[in-house]
This record gives sequence, structure tokens and C-alpha cells, in this order.
Amino acid sequence: MSDDPAFAPLTPIEPSNGHDSSGAADSSAPPPSALGPEEHPASCPLSIHDMTVAYHRKPVLWGVDYNAPPGKLIAIVGPNGAGKSTLIKAVLNLVPKISGEATFFGEPYRKQRGRVGYVPQRSSVDWDFPVNALDVVTMGLYRKIGWFRPVTKKWRQQAMKALVRVGMQDFARRQISQLSGGQQQRVFLARALAQDADFYLMDEPFAGVDAATERAIVDVLRDLRSSGRTAMVVHHDLQTVPEYFDEVLLLNLRLIASGPVSEVFTPENLRATYGGKLALLDQVGHRMTLSGEK
Amino acid sequence: MLIGSLVTLLAAMCADPTLAAESDSANILRVLTLQDYNTRVVLFGTLLLGVTAGLVGTFTLLRRQALVGDVVSHAALPGVAVAFLAGELVSPGSGRSLGWLLAGAALSGTLAVVAVSLLRRFTPVRPDAALATVLGVFFGLGAALFKTVQELPSGNQAGLQTMILGSAATMTAGDVSLIATAAAVTLLVTLFLFKELSILCFDEQTAAAQGWPVLLLDLCLTGLVVAVTVIGLQSVGILMVALLITPPSAARFWTDRLGPMAVLSVVIGGLSAVAGCFVSATVPKLAGGPTIVLAGSLCFAISLLFGTERGLLRKWLRQRRNTHRIGRDDLIRAMFEIVESRLAGSGDPSSKNLSTVAVQTDELLAKRRWSRQRLQSLIVRAERDAIIRMDSDSGWRFTRDGARTARENVRNHRLWELYLITHAQIPPSHVDRDADFSEHGLDPQVVEELELLLAQKAAVGDVPPSPHPVEGGSSE
Repeated sequence: MSDDPAFAPLTPIEPSNGHDSSGAADSSAPPPSALGPEEHPASCPLSIHDMTVAYHRKPVLWGVDYNAPPGKLIAIVGPNGAGKSTLIKAVLNLVPKISGEATFFGEPYRKQRGRVGYVPQRSSVDWDFPVNALDVVTMGLYRKIGWFRPVTKKWRQQAMKALVRVGMQDFARRQISQLSGGQQQRVFLARALAQDADFYLMDEPFAGVDAATERAIVDVLRDLRSSGRTAMVVHHDLQTVPEYFDEVLLLNLRLIASGPVSEVFTPENLRATYGGKLALLDQVGHRMTLSGEK
Repeated sequence: MLIGSLVTLLAAMCADPTLAAESDSANILRVLTLQDYNTRVVLFGTLLLGVTAGLVGTFTLLRRQALVGDVVSHAALPGVAVAFLAGELVSPGSGRSLGWLLAGAALSGTLAVVAVSLLRRFTPVRPDAALATVLGVFFGLGAALFKTVQELPSGNQAGLQTMILGSAATMTAGDVSLIATAAAVTLLVTLFLFKELSILCFDEQTAAAQGWPVLLLDLCLTGLVVAVTVIGLQSVGILMVALLITPPSAARFWTDRLGPMAVLSVVIGGLSAVAGCFVSATVPKLAGGPTIVLAGSLCFAISLLFGTERGLLRKWLRQRRNTHRIGRDDLIRAMFEIVESRLAGSGDPSSKNLSTVAVQTDELLAKRRWSRQRLQSLIVRAERDAIIRMDSDSGWRFTRDGARTARENVRNHRLWELYLITHAQIPPSHVDRDADFSEHGLDPQVVEELELLLAQKAAVGDVPPSPHPVEGGSSE
């Protein structure tokens, strides 16, 4: 019964082996990965130079150097406590850097805020807060609305468009605690989309979401890429990295490797990043072999 | 100390030629009809205070700083005492000026808040311990200083005691205009910062990433709390935190959105302030602060019980409805399975056929693990809803409508079981319980998809066979 093809439409995430995996790993023309901030400062969405971050004297990120290529989907991958979220928070000045700097499109963050969208971890807020989905998305526009000005209908309509993009328009008036985890994540994504930024930083948008949400997020990411935008995403599921992303950052307190998935996402690099968790690595190795054979 | 000052306070009130002093019904009428200029003034001041507290409190509550107001009001006391003493020292008699006293209160209240945040930041002291410690230290200091003030020749008439329990009645027109101005400014600042404060309270990180000065906004909110608490000291006293936190807490029971919550909180705050003020003005020897707080608490109690969004009554009703629905579905399914097994030989279980089979209560009892009492109540309810009816030989049959409901119900249930087995890889032996658990929260959209599947599996409208052996007497 379980093999009955009639059930296919219900299968959770249909790994679209057939048509779309080409976008990622075996992209025919890999991007120039070394795009120096000195040469093309304004075109480089994010340029991190020798960044070190510490919490209470304990360094959590050492001397990270990275230039994000424009128009790519970039995964940040690494074990728990590797400093993935910290990397995002540090470039956004949410946690202090001990040394180094990060520039967005060639300028410090405070001058480019409008072009940078941030999707924090879902667990970072109190979902019992008395707002509905549309209210949350509208918050993405607050900076554009500006100091002291009230939220008018015009802004709410704009926010609604962002909700439509993540397929949540029917839930606009729903209080946020009555949304499922995946729906909450989509609302967060919509809030960042409403900002209409050129570069997005997302902290584990795929964590604990349902199949429909995963698909919706992937669609949004591809949409962003096809309109020339860049997204940098903290990602946990190694298996889907080659399918979803063009570039990968392997992180474990320091930057282990970075570059196009096809070059960098190798068993050796993963071993260096994750240490001895071999079962996981074998899976990935298998997957890499498969995508290599194609 | 507290009781002592309460006595002094009451004595002061009786001696005072203001509204609280008289008690005859003519006076009550005069208060209620606002004939007194003084009554009007005091009422207006208190109303503005309640409104401001309701608005500021909404954000304080959502920022999870409910107790900060408490710390401020307690910590204001040493400030009041020191300001009085300093004033008397400079020029005797000037220490009693309200503005001067409130400035002292604001200063020591702010100091206490700073002390709390320093303790939190630079020591391993837990937040609640930091609040309690600072509150204790400042209030203790205030109590000791008040004793000193009382022993001064001019201290007894200073009316400082009203700062503990509050007495709206002792406010003069000058006091009220000062309080009203401060409240109006606080109210306006909060209104202007509505959007900014709401993003701060909901998602501080995103607010910071967007470039809002989070620290400044936080300071601003604390400043607003200090302001409201201090200007409420004279009429409400150290219980000011109640007027700050109770109205928004009550409002939350009625709404799930910030705007309406703030409006409601403002209404409840203003209402409790005015109601408390009236009561304290008409009933002799009743301090204003406690009556205001009690009025607010009454609003809270009503909201807790009857709030349309999160009130206990609604929650209870919803739970009851859910229990009934689940029980009804269980009964329908049990009965359907029995009928289905009887009809197994004799053609398709169409609605018409379904209602031809009579089922005994004992058969149903054996079908599931439910008590006779529970089953009986389910049957009574189902009969009332015209899902089943008793036939002549005391067996239960589906009504025509009941049969239709049953087919639909069982169909959905089995589809869901099918889904669990084939797609969620749940072993068939576990499915029935899980199906029971999850289907009741099933998204109609999913049901629709499952129905589509069914259309491909079997003729439309048919109930598919149970995907696992049906338990009970019918699993032949």
C-alpha cells in the first residue's frame, strides 16, 4: 500500500531530483570565489575581514575572512556551538567584535542597513506577544516608516505582499501563537522580505519546519537569487546543502573552508569541520558521490 | 511603621477639610455630581494618571518588567524623605512642595533601577534576587528616614505619609496640575513611541539590526515607568505598580492584539482610578490608593473569568466542546465499525443500509475502553443531536443524518490512519491511538488532499476499509 503511486502528491518533501538540482552543485560556471573587497567593494554583499568574537573572554570565532559572492545562495554549516549564529550577529553588530570588521556592499553596516535583511532564530522571541502575522511582517517596514510615524494602510498592504510571497496570506489575521512552527518561520521570513533588501542573513530558517514550509523557503531563496540578490543561511541539514545552495561556509570556531559547494563541500572538509561524526559524513559522502555521477 | 503611618494618615484625613472628611449622604451626592471644584480637580488628575499608567504599563508588561515599577515605587520613599529634609534644611517650610518631593522620588527611583541593572549585568545575582534586594534596601532606608521626618516638628503635617498608601483627597489644585502635566507628557511620549516600543518589546534583536537605538528606547521605557510611578505616589502610593500592571494584564484577556490591548488597558486604568477615587471620597476613612488598586483588581478578576480571548470561562467552554466532539466521534466510529462488520456479507454500507442495523449498548461498551457512565452520557448526547435513535428492541441505530455523519467521520479517520501508515511510517499497531490524537486538530486542507487520494483509491463517497485490524468483537 505504501508504494501506491496515488499517494505521491502527499509525500512530504519531494526531493526534486528530476529538474532543479542543477541550480546548485553542478552549476556550469562557478562564480569567482575570491572577490576582494578592495577590488569590488560595492558589489560584494558581505566582506568579513579577520573577525574575532568572544563571549566573556572565551573566543567563539577566530579570525574569519570571507567575501560573499553576489547573487548566490550561501550556506553556513558547522556543528553546534561552531559560532554560526554568532557570525551573523557579529556582522550585524548585535554582538561586539573583538577585532576585525565586516562591510556590506563596501560600507559599514550602519550605512547599509536598508539593504540587509535579517531573519533571526524563531526561538528568539516570545510568540505569545499580542500581535498577528501581518503585524509582525509590518515590523520589517518600521525603519522605512521612520521615527514617530504611525503604521498606515499603505504599509500594511506592502507587508501583505510579503506574506503572499511565503504563502501565508490566509493567516494574516491569526495571532502568532496560533501558527505552527513552520508558519511562524514563514512569517519571520516575510518580515525580512518586506524590507526588500539586497542581502539576507537567515539564522536556521529550516530548523524544525514542516515540508510545506521548507519548500516555500526554498522557493523564496531561489526567487531571491534569480532577482540577483544574495542570501546567507545557517543550515543544519547537510544532505540538502548541495541541492539548495551554491556556496558553503564550513565553520567551527574558525573558517574551515569556503567556496562553491562543488569544490568545498567535500568529505575531507566536512571531517575537518565536524570531527568524528562519521555516520553523518558517510551519508553526505554518499550524496556527493551521487551528485558527482550525474 | 506601616500601621503607624496608616493611623497618622487617617487622622490627617479626618482633620483635612476635603472630601474624605464628611460622610453624610449630601456629601456623597455632591461628590458624585462633581459639584465640588476640588472633586473635579482630583478626579481629573487621577483619571489622567490611570490612563497614563495603563498605556505605559502595557509596554512594561510586554517587556517583562512588571516588577520594575514596584522597585521604583518603594525606592521612591527615601528620595521623598531626603528631599523633604533637604528642603527643610535650606528654608523651613519649603520641603513640603510636591514638585520638590517628587523630584527626590524620581531620583532615588532611578537610582534603584540603575542599581538593579548593574547587579544584573556585572554580578551573578539572579534578576529576581536583584530586584528584591534593591527594593528591600531602598524601602528600609525610606522607612528609617520617614521615622526621622516624623520626629521633626514640621514633619507631622508634611503629609509625607500619603506617599505610602496614597490619598487622592489630599491633593490640591496645584498638585493636580503638576501631576496632570507630567502625566500628559508621559502619555504623549508613549504614544509617539508606540511603534518603536512595540518592536523593542517583541524582538529586541531585530530592532537593533534595523538600527533602532535599543538601549535608548529601553532607558526611555524605564524613564516612563519611573515618571508614572512617581507622579502616582501621592494619590496611589507604593501600590502604584498595581495600577501599572493590573490594567494591561486584564486587557490581555480580551484581545490578542497590541493596539486594542493598549486601548483597553487605558480604559481599565482610567476606570479603576476614577472608581477608586469616588469610593475613597464617599466612604470616610478610606485611603485612595488601596481603593484604586482594589478597583483595578476587580477589573482584573472580571477579565480573568470572562475575557473573550483568554478568559477562564472561554477556555473551559472550548475544552468542554472539544471533549464532547471527541467523545461523539468515538461513539460514531465504534458504532460504525460494529454495523460495518454486520453488513460485511450483505453488500455496500450505504447510508440507507447503515441505519438498518441495531447495536446494543453492551456491544458498544465492549468496543472501546470507556466506562458505562461515559458511554451513557455520550449516547444521550448523540440521541439529542439526532445522530442515533433507539429502535423498538432497545438497540441503537443511526438516523439518516447520523449515518451520513458517520460515513464522513470514519472516512476521514481512516484516511488519516492511511496517511500515518504510508507516509509518516508509523507502525499500524500504533496508528489508532495516534490517529485519535492528531485527527482532531487536522487541517481541513489535509483532509481535502486525503480525499483526493481516496478518489483514486476507491469509488468516490465510499468509506475505505480500515487500514489496520479493527479491534473489539468485529475483527473477523
